[in-house]
Amino acid sequence: MTGFRTLLVKELLRFWKVSVQTVGAPVLTALLYLVIFAQALEGRVEAYPGVRYTAFLVPGLVMMSVLQNAFANSSSSLIQSKITGNIVFLLLAPLSTLEVFAAYVLAAMARGLVVAAGMFAVTVWFVGLPLVAPLWVLAFCLLGAALAGALGLLAGVYADKIDQLAAVQNFVIMPLTFLSGVFYSIHALPPRWQQVSHANPFFYMVDGFRYGFFGVSDFPPGASLAIVAASFVAVAALGLWLLKTGYKLRT
Amino acid sequence: MRALDGVSLAIEQGEFFGLLGPNGAGKTTLINVIAGLARADRGAARVLGADVVSDYRRARRLLGVVPQELVFDPFFTVRETLRIQSGYFGLASNDAWIDEVMHHLDLEAKADVNMRALSGGMKRRVLVAQALVHKPPVIVLDEPTAGVDVELRQGLWQFVQRLNRDGHTIVLTTHYLEEAESQCRRIAMLKAGKVVALDTTQNLLATFSGLELQVRGRDGALSRLKLHGYDELEAALERLRRDGVPLHDIELHTPDLEEVFLHLTGKAS
Repeated sequence: MTGFRTLLVKELLRFWKVSVQTVGAPVLTALLYLVIFAQALEGRVEAYPGVRYTAFLVPGLVMMSVLQNAFANSSSSLIQSKITGNIVFLLLAPLSTLEVFAAYVLAAMARGLVVAAGMFAVTVWFVGLPLVAPLWVLAFCLLGAALAGALGLLAGVYADKIDQLAAVQNFVIMPLTFLSGVFYSIHALPPRWQQVSHANPFFYMVDGFRYGFFGVSDFPPGASLAIVAASFVAVAALGLWLLKTGYKLRT
Repeated sequence: MRALDGVSLAIEQGEFFGLLGPNGAGKTTLINVIAGLARADRGAARVLGADVVSDYRRARRLLGVVPQELVFDPFFTVRETLRIQSGYFGLASNDAWIDEVMHHLDLEAKADVNMRALSGGMKRRVLVAQALVHKPPVIVLDEPTAGVDVELRQGLWQFVQRLNRDGHTIVLTTHYLEEAESQCRRIAMLKAGKVVALDTTQNLLATFSGLELQVRGRDGALSRLKLHGYDELEAALERLRRDGVPLHDIELHTPDLEEVFLHLTGKAS
């Protein structure tokens, strides 16, 4: 357990030591979105009946930040260790595959949750947000962060260079999070695009997370949670298998 | 490409063992297989009986590896680095030993300095310290003195010799032959992934190149006499005297590993 705990603490310290960049910056970015979109669209768009657009937007932005930051944490840590070569210290250590996987994913989740907490702490002062089902909020937040952290681990193991990782981040993670219904209810989309949105796993996280606040969602939250959980199990299985085989880590 | 081909060797417990070979001979690949950093397609490696694949936890606890590349984690100080490495090996409180290792490697003054701010030589010392945090009975040093100044080299060898005297098994790869000659009791030479020699340093030196007596006459002519040992020296000088060879200068050339090495790797002139 000491080995696992050490790796977890190391990964937590890694982002905490540069928290201005890893926590402060994403909170600020999300706030900018909030200010700009709220200014432009408040009163013009009503995603859910009786819900102000700013209130609608906050959970979406929080979930988007959770996903992006959890992904960034595990992927950037791994790629940096690979490029600088210090991953060797981990590879020489008697840690099991599961310990390594769990430490990276839990640290990624922690960063996602800290960013989420930061965003709520800042927005709570000027956006009134109901909280209908806090357990749903927590479940989606944890599971979403875990899935994104595990995806980050896959990307970090797979990528050989920073630009490959940046490509995954910019061409996969960013579009999927932006198009997951953060800024709109997918019911406002044409039927075809609604269907396309259903193929996006991030949609279920945003939608389910939002359900916890308003008690309203585009998709049944239980089904969303099942889809997110199944996605996590699949990604985790792949990640554990890659670590076990030593893919791209042990020659 | 086959990096290692039919390598089979057993390093005895408590030995100071050298692994020599030209670049690309497979030294680091062999080390990596033992350390679990690389997987052999066939065959097995064991550290004090622990298989490096099926019993990897035990094998890794028994092994301390100083990697060849100068790698470090720029997020942490020297002490943090050593604490983290201890933790990986399951040691929650290891400060007494960390202090001792830092003392022997002259790292105490740098304990709270960030790794990024250290010179190359200092980073190398931290690498050695990291390999020792869990007091491994087997220590592998992969080219430990590459790019290291004389002072550190001396200090490092003293420390490693001490560890060896305390019972640690030392495995050293190097291409500084004089280093291997002075430190290692037994040596394996690798060439193109194969073991081309495996013997004690003494035997290797004796087998592959005897003494050479170089005699320069007054006329400047140089003649060389091959001797099989020091006991033949007197007879050789006697013969020269009898033959009336006018001596201006004599030199006794003792064998060194470089000759053995060149002979075995097929580069002898």
